[in-house]
Amino acid sequence: MEKYLYIALFAPLVSSMFSALFTNGAKKQFVGVVASLLIFSAFVSSSILLSNILNGGEVLHVEMMTWMKSGNLYIPFGFVVDQISVTMMMVVTLVSTIVHIYSIGYMDHDKGFNRFFAWLSAFVFSMMILVMSDNFAGLFIGWEGVGLCSWGLIGFWFHKNIATWAANEAFIMNRIADLGMLIGIFLVYWNTGSLQYHLAFPAMAHLDTSTLTMIGIFLFIGAMGKSAQFPLHTWLADAMEGPTPVSALIHAATMVTAGVYLVIRSNELYSLIPNVGLFIASLGAFVALFAASMALVNRDMKRVIAYSTLSQLGYMFAAAGLGAYWVALFHLMAHAFFKALLFLGAGNVMHAMHDELDPFKMGGLKKVMKGTWIMMTIASLALAGIFPFAGFFSKDTILEVAFSEHHMIIYGVLVFTAGLTAFYSFRLVALIFHGEERYKIFGIHPHEAYKFMLIAMSPLLILAMIAGIFQEPFFNMVEEILGAMEYHIHSHVTVWIMLVGTQLFVGLAILFAYKKYYSWGSVPDGSSAMENSFIYKLLYNQYYIPFAYKEYVMKPYNDISAIMWEIDKKVVDASVDGIANAFYLTGEKTRDMQSGNLSTMLKWMVTGLVGLLSLAAVFGIATRYSDEITTILSGLGV
Amino acid sequence: MEIGLNHYLILSTILFAIGLVGIMRRKNLLLLFFATEILLNAVNIGFAAISHYYGDLTGEMFAFFIIAIAASELAVGLGLLIVWYKRHGSIDLDTMTSMRG
Repeated sequence: MEKYLYIALFAPLVSSMFSALFTNGAKKQFVGVVASLLIFSAFVSSSILLSNILNGGEVLHVEMMTWMKSGNLYIPFGFVVDQISVTMMMVVTLVSTIVHIYSIGYMDHDKGFNRFFAWLSAFVFSMMILVMSDNFAGLFIGWEGVGLCSWGLIGFWFHKNIATWAANEAFIMNRIADLGMLIGIFLVYWNTGSLQYHLAFPAMAHLDTSTLTMIGIFLFIGAMGKSAQFPLHTWLADAMEGPTPVSALIHAATMVTAGVYLVIRSNELYSLIPNVGLFIASLGAFVALFAASMALVNRDMKRVIAYSTLSQLGYMFAAAGLGAYWVALFHLMAHAFFKALLFLGAGNVMHAMHDELDPFKMGGLKKVMKGTWIMMTIASLALAGIFPFAGFFSKDTILEVAFSEHHMIIYGVLVFTAGLTAFYSFRLVALIFHGEERYKIFGIHPHEAYKFMLIAMSPLLILAMIAGIFQEPFFNMVEEILGAMEYHIHSHVTVWIMLVGTQLFVGLAILFAYKKYYSWGSVPDGSSAMENSFIYKLLYNQYYIPFAYKEYVMKPYNDISAIMWEIDKKVVDASVDGIANAFYLTGEKTRDMQSGNLSTMLKWMVTGLVGLLSLAAVFGIATRYSDEITTILSGLGV
Repeated sequence: MEIGLNHYLILSTILFAIGLVGIMRRKNLLLLFFATEILLNAVNIGFAAISHYYGDLTGEMFAFFIIAIAASELAVGLGLLIVWYKRHGSIDLDTMTSMRG
């Protein structure tokens, strides 16, 4: 089994290095093919590991080699394949295989084709390290690795200013959160004496609550950054400047769920501190609603989906915070499938519309893009949580958890958000695929994506439809490790009322969206009453949070930097330059010694000889009479 | 008065000082070689005297080495000097300043 672990881990690395060989050359189709095959082999290995776990095999725990060993500190390059990491591995490798294949078509005309695959595979490798590591240090390496690759991929089109800006924003925001996470990791080591999960978590049971709370909060700050939770959420929407496959893989299916993974992985810690858990759940519910409300009015197709990702991450945190770790993990998995599908569909639309992102400028695309239309509709149904698609099972379980744990506010917020989710998803579908063909005004001739791209997407389509049937086996698999409990609401009537009620509510939201946007005829130009209302403006400007960050964080920081720069120039640079200038000056002045006249130079040589000899004499005498000198000096009171 | 080690060392020092002054003051390349020889032989006297004083042959061996090396140095130096004289017609040190920095 060990060899499959290594294949799953290192195939992406090989793929990345292979692609990196060609980064400076012209586009080569085989680079994409080889990369896809290698990632696929990682997927196959992960599947074998999964079937091993499912058939009751041992949890695989290997130590590849020692990484740090010094005194009491021992951190190996250790990897563990247990129920949690194998789930994550499956999600990561499956989605990344599909995204790799899809990208062969999507990046077809891009000059950076080879470079793209190098970054993308490097991302998969980092993500595999993140989920497979058996200690916090390895997790942190993967954590930083995915951050770096995310930076490289958001800023993939670095000739666009806005893309590099978004890349830097994502990187810097994650650094802020990573500081919190690093402090959390230090605290773990400080208090438990180990960073390996199987030693650190059992040791935590003996710590006092305040220490545990500190650890829990600091680790969660890291998770907040990576999973773009409020108030560090602005980078995710801006990250949509990257190529769409990147958004599908990194900013929807895998990397942003790393925060949820961290909370699930630390379940033993968080179940000891339910107060922090409640905070996580409340923040999750808040973000779910907050992000969904921003998605309602946004006029950028990818940003709408990005906000919906944020919102769904909120759901996951709500579940994890309430102690239902397996539900969070299950929603993570289901969400990865339908959200990646949604993004890849959006990529098809973008290609067809020549990178136009405003759904109001599309309309009626279902005639030309039948495949994409079906896929995006089903993905939206799954996202909205309509029976029998994937989202129904995972999301409904989260609602049940909130209800049975008697957190009615969280429950209410989540149900309401489910309605909003349905509304904005179908607003998008209706605007893009139905109604009048508004794109004709702009002289665009849309076309369907390559066939193989659609075929590559089809596994996601199937999973988005049927992932619900995995709920039972999944529960049985992770039950042992996540201490999973089934959430039973005692009265069957209540369950049915909740179920049907939610479905009706969501269904109505969908109908409302269709009714409002199905036959949309014009492109809004900012003159309608709705667009001038306060709420619309508030939502459209993302609650003015990016504005506030710019005004109250970035500007003062820039001002301080300007002052610091002056100080730097006048103090630090001046002193360094001063030293250098002194050397130059002595050189300039003593140049005359080098007259080229042998006689003069011999005189200098003799002067040097006499100088050195006298020095030697002085030191010799000083050493010889050192005691006497000390006595004299002490007599003088020195 | 018996002649002891100190006398030899004083002689050696005086010779060395004469050589040093010669090195500094002489402008003629040939005389510069003479001064160098005086320097080397001053050291040789010192070596031989101390070697005799301690009854150890090492110093004398060193003196032989120095004589041999001085001879070869002089051979090369005189060769160069003759070439220089043929080219420039002068062996005045003040005219040899092509290495001016």
